[in-house]
Amino acid sequence: MLSVHEPTAQQIYDECIYREMGLSDAEFAEVETILGRKPNYTETGLFSVMWSEHCSYKHSKAVLKNFPTDGEHVLQGPGEGAGIVDIGDGQAVGFKIESHNHPSAVEPYQGAATGVGGIIRDVFSMGARPVALLNSLRFGELDQPRVRYLFEQVVAGIAGYGNCIGIPTVGGEVQFEPCYQENPLVNAMCVGLIDHEDIQKGVAKGVGNSVMYVGASTGRDGIHGATFASEEISEESESKRPSVQVGDPFMEKLLLEACLEVTKHDALVGIQDMGAAGLTSSASEMASKAGMGMIMNLDDVPQREENMSAYEMMLSESQERMLLVVQKGREDEIKKIFDHWGLAAVVIGEVTDDQRFRVYHKGEQVADVPADALAEDAPTYYPPSKKPSYYETFQSQEAYQPKVENMKEAWLSLLSQPTISDKSWVYQQYDHMVRANTVVQPGSDAAVVRIRDTEKSLAMTTDGNSRYVYLDPYIGGQMVVAEATRNLVCSGAKPLALTDCLNYGSPEKPEIYWQLERSTEGMSEACHVLNTPVISGNVSLYNETQNGAIYPTPVVGMVGLVEKQEHITTQQVKRSGDVLYVIGEADANFSGSELQKMIEGDVFGPVSPIDMKQEASRQQALLEAIRAGYISSAHDISEGGLLVTIAEKLIGTGLGADVTLKGDLLAEAFSETPSRFVVSVPTEMTESFENIVPEARIIGRVTDQSTVTVSDAAGERQATATIEELTEAWEGAIECYLKSEV
Amino acid sequence: MRWAVIVFPGSNADTEMYHAIKDVLDGDVSYVWHEETSLEGFDAVLLPGGFSYGDYLRSGAIAQFSPIMSEVVRFAEEGAPVLGVCNGFQILLEIGLLPGAMRRNQQLTFLCKHVELIVENNQTGFTSGYEAGEKITVPVAHGDGNYYCDDKTLGKLKENGQIVFTYAKNINGSIENIAGITNERGNVLGMMPHPERAVHTLLGSADGAKLFESMEREWRERDVIRT
Repeated sequence: MLSVHEPTAQQIYDECIYREMGLSDAEFAEVETILGRKPNYTETGLFSVMWSEHCSYKHSKAVLKNFPTDGEHVLQGPGEGAGIVDIGDGQAVGFKIESHNHPSAVEPYQGAATGVGGIIRDVFSMGARPVALLNSLRFGELDQPRVRYLFEQVVAGIAGYGNCIGIPTVGGEVQFEPCYQENPLVNAMCVGLIDHEDIQKGVAKGVGNSVMYVGASTGRDGIHGATFASEEISEESESKRPSVQVGDPFMEKLLLEACLEVTKHDALVGIQDMGAAGLTSSASEMASKAGMGMIMNLDDVPQREENMSAYEMMLSESQERMLLVVQKGREDEIKKIFDHWGLAAVVIGEVTDDQRFRVYHKGEQVADVPADALAEDAPTYYPPSKKPSYYETFQSQEAYQPKVENMKEAWLSLLSQPTISDKSWVYQQYDHMVRANTVVQPGSDAAVVRIRDTEKSLAMTTDGNSRYVYLDPYIGGQMVVAEATRNLVCSGAKPLALTDCLNYGSPEKPEIYWQLERSTEGMSEACHVLNTPVISGNVSLYNETQNGAIYPTPVVGMVGLVEKQEHITTQQVKRSGDVLYVIGEADANFSGSELQKMIEGDVFGPVSPIDMKQEASRQQALLEAIRAGYISSAHDISEGGLLVTIAEKLIGTGLGADVTLKGDLLAEAFSETPSRFVVSVPTEMTESFENIVPEARIIGRVTDQSTVTVSDAAGERQATATIEELTEAWEGAIECYLKSEV
Repeated sequence: MRWAVIVFPGSNADTEMYHAIKDVLDGDVSYVWHEETSLEGFDAVLLPGGFSYGDYLRSGAIAQFSPIMSEVVRFAEEGAPVLGVCNGFQILLEIGLLPGAMRRNQQLTFLCKHVELIVENNQTGFTSGYEAGEKITVPVAHGDGNYYCDDKTLGKLKENGQIVFTYAKNINGSIENIAGITNERGNVLGMMPHPERAVHTLLGSADGAKLFESMEREWRERDVIRT
């Protein structure tokens, strides 16, 4: 292949070539000011990827700073590969969630697979051993063939990567809404364990220290991936398939083991993943964070294709690569470790004290820019914000009231809605047991992973019901955080901290920016009250197509600590005779509920506010009752409401229940009012339980019958369903869609 | 009794195999890197699950050429116990220590869940602790677990009692529900389900523990005869 002549600095300026790379005229002018001259082709590339939304957060920085990021347990907040929280005994947990939405929209298998690969690297680059993966997925409705293709391939991609590398995928969530039809969301989260003394940072300290490149060689894949992720999806997106990287989980398994050995070696100074914007971001960020500079010689970079230009190498997003800074003179000690794993580790540069990032290729200097300018000096935008008219309309509407003629029919239909129904078709494709530490498997409120040789376990969940965020971003934002903490508390854990993935449309549209502002305000408020700081995260904007933006979809990944194994609680009832309680009363507002969606085909109307103080105190009381051993099962009430919650508690246990509803039957049965739980309590514990949770109300009893009866306060039977009927409705709904031919 | 867990590049169920021996037997267990060439001093060899060499080309196809494998073959031919689980089973098939081949699961997707197995033969050095016909719960986690062999081989497997475990319900298309087989001599067992992930009730099942206990008892009895 012949090398193509690159445009000159003057041509880039005259022909506005920078625009194709994603830089605006004003941004390009800013680059000229920083450099004091016109940037050449490679330099323009460096700025365009580092100043992309994906790398610089230029449109979201202003709202992100509202999140509480401190807390007594926080060892590492946002800014590194992953955030880290103390869990006592010198141990800590590191985690982060990240999106891979745009790549998954055009190449779902590799898009999802490399999303998983990238987040794993973020965690082990901190020195943490990855112990679990989770995800949060959004697709259009399954009656669309293209959606089924995206769904099947995304799941296969996540499975393909996670199973091969041998990290259990223990939890996640999937929701289906028309707004995600052409723009699916694929958010992947990784959780790692680390001893305090092993925590690493991505810094390039020490003049003269060597910069080493390890892992896979560099190819032309993924060039401008970060820029692609920062624009709307259009018909041209299909042509961006070359922007999607190809994953090699086997290579990453070797890289993982080698890097975890290296992070315990004292010759290592700093380490960072080559993720979005590859070599450019890892090198310039490491130099910038240390207040240093760096020289890099691209001739030494391992290459898998011939005649690659400096521009291509600097912007490549080839996977499974890491950048290390190693003490001068000790490179061989590090090389030896990589040798054992069959990996190359080569010196490609050195740390300098001039705070400049200089790149050489074939004997020529191809870039010379201030390191900070790339990593830190991207502009911050404060886009205009405007309340959308749909929101005004919803606010003026009455709270939605459904008409339900037959309670049992509605109940069974709800159970078979794709968002509610059994997800085993998904999670059984993930090896959720590898490493043999998964105590609570996918399907309960939160997954629980034990920490070997201790009494402790980690509970983890991902949540983000975007319907409520769409209807009311502030309240919906609060609800997303609250639901995640509820799920952890139900499993017996104290929530520690969260990582967030903010998926929105284009921030350059005032209505979208308003959603971003309001929902993050709501999330921040919830984080403050529930004492769960944000320790890492990712922003994915421009999730929209010509048919409009996705619902504002902030996804929360949260980790909690279960102090003792005996505290681990699951959602399923354990034995006949136990008393069923509901904690928290239902409100007769169905706006945003699954029932509304099912009946009306859409969601609309005003959302009732959530009382965060009440949420916090209920969670605290429930956790206390769980720790005291009074509770045999716990499950929060979410999509579908109380009767769906009860069905989920019973299916697969061989037990049934007699339930009595009171007040507004429809609200009691199907309303999704937050801050509520259903728990089962052994008879001999009920008094002690009620002392701790006085607002709990008895709603029935677990039986050894294979039916569930639902009566009203007067004893009138409202619905009777066999467990078989409930199971049949709930199971197989997704598979049924996938097998349909049309 | 000294146990070796062979580690290939891409093995990923090696840690649970190691810990199963520690937790169930408080055994003397070591990892053996695939580049080693000796199994001197070991009494049992365990080939763990995972994706050796990324399962590129075909599951287990490349691992058979690892330096340690010729030593594993020698070890097996001397009659010492070799257990291959999941990818370990696939490697044993590829190298010819066990007959038959593995195909992609019939449903074409990976499957991870607890499944019920039937102990078809408890007269082996791996299963003496189980009752004949006993139903046990053990997890599976594989994409290529659809066991196949020709009729002649199947006849021999049956005749010699080499079919040790079957699935109570066929989960992957395996011929005759086969989940695990031994060689003719009975000292090499390959199985797709993971007994090493079923040694704690906390994790859902402890039914796999008896397999490792059986192996240890068998060794002790043979050792008594030897000395």
